[in-house]
Amino acid sequence: MAELAPTLVHKDYHASKMGMWLFLFTEILLFGGLFLLYATYRAKFPQAFHAGGQTLDVFIGGLNTVVLITSSLTVALSITALRRGELARCLWLLAFTVACAGAFMVNKIIEWSAKFHHGLVPGSEHMAGLPQGQSIFYGLYFAMTGLHGVHIVIGASVLLWVMLLIKQGKVTGQDYVVLENAGLYWHIVDLVWIYLFPLFYLIS
Amino acid sequence: MDHTASTEDTRPFFAPQGKGGLSSWIFSTDHKRIGLLYLSLILLMFAAATVLGIILKLKLMTPGSTLLTPQQYNAMFTLHGVIMIFMVVIPSIPASFGNIFLPIQIGANDVSFPRLNNFSWWLYVLGALLALTSIFTGNGPPDTGWTFYVPFSERTTTNVSVAVIAVFVLGFSSILTGLNFITTIHRLRAPGMTWRKLPLFVWSLYATGWIQVLATPILGITALLIFSERVLHLGLFDPGKGGDPLLYQHLFWIYSHPAVYIMILPAMGVISEIIPVFSRKPIFGYNMIAFSSLAIAFAGSLVWAHHMFTSGMSDTAVLVFSFLTFVVAIPSAIKVFNWLSTMYRGSISLDPPLLFSLGFIFMFSIGGLTGLVLGSAGTNIHVHDTYFVVAHFHYVIFGGTGLGMFAAMHYWFPKIFGRMYDHGRAAWSFWLILLGMNVLYFPMFIMGLQGMPRRYYDYLPQYAPMQMVSTWGSWFLAAGLILMFYNLYRGSRYGPRATKNHWGGATLEWTLPSPLPHEAFHGDPEAPEPYDFKGVNPDG
Amino acid sequence: MTDTHSPTQSHDGGQDHGPLSYRFLTLIWAGLMCLTAITVAVAKVDLGDMNVIVALAVASAKASLVIFFFMHLKYENWAIKSMVLTAFVILAIAIGLTFVDVGYRY
Repeated sequence: MAELAPTLVHKDYHASKMGMWLFLFTEILLFGGLFLLYATYRAKFPQAFHAGGQTLDVFIGGLNTVVLITSSLTVALSITALRRGELARCLWLLAFTVACAGAFMVNKIIEWSAKFHHGLVPGSEHMAGLPQGQSIFYGLYFAMTGLHGVHIVIGASVLLWVMLLIKQGKVTGQDYVVLENAGLYWHIVDLVWIYLFPLFYLIS
Repeated sequence: MDHTASTEDTRPFFAPQGKGGLSSWIFSTDHKRIGLLYLSLILLMFAAATVLGIILKLKLMTPGSTLLTPQQYNAMFTLHGVIMIFMVVIPSIPASFGNIFLPIQIGANDVSFPRLNNFSWWLYVLGALLALTSIFTGNGPPDTGWTFYVPFSERTTTNVSVAVIAVFVLGFSSILTGLNFITTIHRLRAPGMTWRKLPLFVWSLYATGWIQVLATPILGITALLIFSERVLHLGLFDPGKGGDPLLYQHLFWIYSHPAVYIMILPAMGVISEIIPVFSRKPIFGYNMIAFSSLAIAFAGSLVWAHHMFTSGMSDTAVLVFSFLTFVVAIPSAIKVFNWLSTMYRGSISLDPPLLFSLGFIFMFSIGGLTGLVLGSAGTNIHVHDTYFVVAHFHYVIFGGTGLGMFAAMHYWFPKIFGRMYDHGRAAWSFWLILLGMNVLYFPMFIMGLQGMPRRYYDYLPQYAPMQMVSTWGSWFLAAGLILMFYNLYRGSRYGPRATKNHWGGATLEWTLPSPLPHEAFHGDPEAPEPYDFKGVNPDG
Repeated sequence: MTDTHSPTQSHDGGQDHGPLSYRFLTLIWAGLMCLTAITVAVAKVDLGDMNVIVALAVASAKASLVIFFFMHLKYENWAIKSMVLTAFVILAIAIGLTFVDVGYRY
């Protein structure tokens, strides 16, 4: 019964889910290292962090928070839709989720451009001239929101790929763990932002 | 499902499948083939890094500017460390013997994610190629030491950037292996294979998998941070901007200390398999050994800053981490005690696997005890960054994991290749290796206590005699290694055919043909008591 | 042959329960919106050291809603739940023990 170079692809729903969660732990720990730096530096430079936080736009940050949380809703809804056999609705919800990702990135680009415009570029003379701790704030800001942005792009790409799989009938209302796992990844991206937002934008 | 046995079923797993050829190997999702793919590259990397080590010892044989320039010397010990740690020891046992035997020992036909398994091997290949690239491009290989401490790693013009990307990719490979193993152990145990019936090798791989998944991402972010410091000048560790270089060290060691438990736990698992078989006696304290694997994994995540006692940390941290370091020694000691208790009043067969296992216990005990000298903050100040440290970690990593790996090779060899090697030659190679290791590394303890710093290009004349002795040791060791690999190679090609259960093991792999067939189990096997040898006898 | 190992309709939850309703998920979303509004509002008030604690507490409340409901953790088996806990504990230890150094320097 041995086939030509068989791949033992047994479908195990629980294994797929467990594997995805284990992978998410690596994302949590990856960002965790940066949060460790943030925590220690904030404790060391409360004033500088306060000053830096004031230059961030709470409105854009808050808008992005709303956008991401809503995108988490729509991806969760899309799973329900798929399981109920509502394919069109599922795909629209996923498309909306990806659109939210796009909106988030547009906001991010606007924000970053504004920062660059003010000379706040890593490695610039202006940054070097800032008081102690403030360039650390901006360094962490770019590092953390930058890494987060990379994950937004990855997550959105994964969701687009899953949309394709759904259209091809490879992910269905009976076999939907791939969509669930893509959703889990997206929620982690949202989760990271849930902590980034107050830590960078709401330092009063 | 129809499980009609056909002639294909009993052919060895390495016999050509389908169209055969290279692609049936490098794209294989068969855990046994992937295990051999890993093993071959790991041994290749081991050979390369060992040659680097031999050259380093050759340079150090006499004082003065001999053989290498200082720059070459720095690059060489950096490469030696990077290759050994990330490309040899970390993957060593899990990626090779873990891949081959984990599914079989739990009664499964593969891991949970076979394609991911193959992908993890390709990540290893990519990481190795990137590391190779860093040697031959730009300003040459990194000269920072494998620890890449800032600020030097930010400023050196050598190819640190490419090297840390290689480290990131290799870390990813390690993560995926751990993820695969954890899921496999949870989901694919045969009916009746309860957690309490798992072979201790499986327990060790489970604990190791958790460290791989939870600790390696910190290495990932650390590598990304070095890269972005060099390329983007974020300045996060720049004291001029308020940065703290010690935070780099914290991040680095938060991974790299648990990493040493990734290195040692699987080797301990191998020893736990071998000792009972060659004592014909059930393992003493199964529960405690299983528990201690988990305890080591957890406690090992609490002690990282014992690498930083002299760095300028707070006194409170020095106190706390020193105390925690003593705690983590306890579960390791429990294992050693249990192995020895297993052998007590057993029926001992001094075959090669047991020889290497006893060598492990001897070397690991010395290395472990000297770890207490290092973990104790007061004595640490005297020996930090000296040859004492170099001796310590070579005793535990090379004498520990290295001998554990060799023990695994000699234990599972007949099962993988279906042939047997020459026992006498294997024993000779063991003694030569053991002698070589001790002649090479023991003088380093003494030199370290006498104050010889590590990573130094040159040294004072007072250390010359010991350095020379140490270098001779490297040659005995090399000779022993060559003899060992030669013996195994000969055995794999021309050795007598091996029987199903040459050693009389009670775990599931010994119920299968030697060499292993393509597909291990048709239907679910019965889960045996892994260390119950009643009615189990060597058949060769 | 290995399909015998894959209990897709298993005894421990997982797929057996139905999908969360649109209404329920939207309620969770509404809760997240409220918490976001709260955290922005509180940030405008000066509570000294308590600001960061309140901010983190609210963020953690939001995170809990996302993890337990959007990510479905509430309905997963105990194995997954304890794994999630373990991951966060390890992160907490890493940050916490680092503060034993950073918090006690001269």
